[in-house]
Amino acid sequence: MASTETLRRPASGFRISRKMLPYVLSLPALLVCIGILIPFFTAVIYSFQRYRLSQPWARQFNWGENYLNFITDPAFWNTLKVSLLYAGLTVTLELLLGLGIALLLQRRSTVNNFISIMLLLPLMIAPALAALMWKLMTNPSFGILSYLASLIGLHDFRWASSPDTALLTVVLVDIWVYTPFIMILLLAGLRSLPTQPFEAAALDGVPRSFVFFRITLPMLTPYILTATLFRLLDSIQQFDIIYAMTQGGPGNTLTVFQVEAYLNFFQSTNVGRSAALLIILWAITYTLSNVFIKNWLRLRERARGEA
Amino acid sequence: MYEKEKDLISAFLRGEVDRRGMLKGLGAAGLTVGTAGTLFNMMSTQALAADFDWKAHSGKKLKLLLNKHPYADAMIANLQTFKDLTGIDVTYDVFPEDVYFDKVTAALSSGSTEYDAFMTGAYMTWTYGPAGWITDLKEWINDPAKTNPQYAWDDFLPGVKNSCAWNGQPGGALGSDDAKQWCIPWGYEQNNLSFNQAMFDKAGVSVPKNLDELSVAAAKLTKDVGGGVYGIGVRGSRSWATIHPGFLSGYANFGQKDLNVGADGKLSAAMNTADSKAFHAKWVSMIQESGPKDWSTYTWYQVGTDLGAGASAMIYDADILGYFMNGGDNKMAGKLAYAPFAANPAASAPTPNIWIWSLAMSNFSRDKDATWYFLQWATGLEHAIFGATKMDFVNPVRASVWKDEIFRERLNKSYPGYVEMHDVSAPGAKIHFTAQPLFFDVTTEWAATLQKMVAKQVPVDEGLDQLAESINRQLQEAGLG
Repeated sequence: MASTETLRRPASGFRISRKMLPYVLSLPALLVCIGILIPFFTAVIYSFQRYRLSQPWARQFNWGENYLNFITDPAFWNTLKVSLLYAGLTVTLELLLGLGIALLLQRRSTVNNFISIMLLLPLMIAPALAALMWKLMTNPSFGILSYLASLIGLHDFRWASSPDTALLTVVLVDIWVYTPFIMILLLAGLRSLPTQPFEAAALDGVPRSFVFFRITLPMLTPYILTATLFRLLDSIQQFDIIYAMTQGGPGNTLTVFQVEAYLNFFQSTNVGRSAALLIILWAITYTLSNVFIKNWLRLRERARGEA
Repeated sequence: MYEKEKDLISAFLRGEVDRRGMLKGLGAAGLTVGTAGTLFNMMSTQALAADFDWKAHSGKKLKLLLNKHPYADAMIANLQTFKDLTGIDVTYDVFPEDVYFDKVTAALSSGSTEYDAFMTGAYMTWTYGPAGWITDLKEWINDPAKTNPQYAWDDFLPGVKNSCAWNGQPGGALGSDDAKQWCIPWGYEQNNLSFNQAMFDKAGVSVPKNLDELSVAAAKLTKDVGGGVYGIGVRGSRSWATIHPGFLSGYANFGQKDLNVGADGKLSAAMNTADSKAFHAKWVSMIQESGPKDWSTYTWYQVGTDLGAGASAMIYDADILGYFMNGGDNKMAGKLAYAPFAANPAASAPTPNIWIWSLAMSNFSRDKDATWYFLQWATGLEHAIFGATKMDFVNPVRASVWKDEIFRERLNKSYPGYVEMHDVSAPGAKIHFTAQPLFFDVTTEWAATLQKMVAKQVPVDEGLDQLAESINRQLQEAGLG
């Protein structure tokens, strides 16, 4: 009783009316939103301008011209294609691997706990550093991976320096860094699933594949969706691994959105084009997020028996 | 005490005695090196201060933005001299080159007053100048009240000095009468051959004299040296930095240009001419046959370290890379040689495109006069001599330093052939690009196209036509074409 009274009447005597309380409580969130929204709307305005820092006299609103130029620009369509391909490949492969490892480590034991902690180590390394490490390991002259590739007959394998294998190489690095993230999320999910359905299936002698596809996977879907959403948003915005390894090359092989936008701003100082690229990237991530969140909510409702 | 010795140093500083004569005199007087050095610094400071009020801004503070580089190291090692001379306090931030220009762009585009002066390349001033981020330094250079009479602006190598001056008109000639001096050259790089003499001897290869011979020599070195050594190191990353060193030096030697400047001042792509296509074809073929396997990721760093480690037999790149790889802990230290290089057999001399590390003044500096005091000291003769003779400040940009016998002797002793290489190619050394605001767009796309050609994603002819079409479209969009 005494503690409730303290909350209502603070020692300082400062009172907040019941009507104002919701606004006061949401003020920090509002401030954070303003901090995000101001740069966002500034970028939107820039994206509708012809704005190069090196030609300040030519700065003017060109409205949708930056966006319209993308339609006829093969470089933009290449960027869109590479970004989606990179995101699709990394998320799919990381999901499969992460799920496989999580299933192997599902049973609690000292060894499994130790392995799961060890597997998290790549996640502790800054992606740019991981990329540099892989750049050395894949050096065609002295890299250990090039040497191992030569042992299986892949002589003169050029990894990130060949347009044929550059995507594969950066996807490998991404998998190495981020698979543990998916693994740890799914492992947490697996270990939190109720045991009764599995015990019942075991008593009835249900085959393992049936248990996996009809019990484990459906119950794990919310976790899979969450992990996929996080990784997809991150992958489609990939910068550090690709830039550190190839700067977007060879040619235009890996000019994903962030690399292209970065080069447009910092090298070409073409603020208008850079902002337009980032707004398109935002629209893609926003759409993907909505799709995933809606599905996640639908699944949650179904699990509660509300749908 | 030491009056005779002081007289001797004063005579040297007045130009009445040459450096060798001064050192002989000091030696004959029985002075130790340390004492002579102290006396020399003292007298230099007095000479600098003789006709100029270096203390005019005493008590003020400046902050510099520096790239991690031997030039910056030399300046930092001598910075106390400036502080003692002027009473100005100087602090600095040093960033590695990978992120340095991003930091500069961020600081300048935000109008930050944090930095008064910074290191830059001349190409970057084609963005910074028109954007209003840096100051035209002619106002200070031409003001006798603000510039030390001994500054000797005419002592700077003309090709280098002019390369830092542009009138801001797209396609405008560098160093024209109406040009603005956006930065002061500090140190510069020519692009020539640095090679491993022992590998050349082993393969029975002589120094190539033109691009055809270079391709043949590189192929023979790749084939005959063995141990995975490749013949020719050149840059290949998807960056403007791939175009400006050996590539453009050779390209310019054939009289080829990046852009045409029309009579109406409009720009258009010039890299799809027949001669340009022939040059590109030879260049691409040379890399395919004799370049590093992962050429498309090669920056100056990989090109240099491969030569220093004995992984490559030769580089056509910045001469100072050959200089630095010939010393220190490098495996090939002391085994490298140098040669000037004219790619075109019909050319009378090399025409190296140059990279110039320069110093520029931020337009947002709170005290431009004090900043100019730093700039004129850092680019002055005394500091250039200090850097060239006591540190690794190569290549100096002042003619008098190149005439300095001690400097030449030091280079000839430890880096045989370096001085001759410099002297042969220096007359043709300048920036061969067209000055214009889309420099980084043009050169980055050019590098990406080279990568496609080397990877055989596109034939040379078709690749250059596509490049020219794309560049022309971008120039038109920017109102330049």
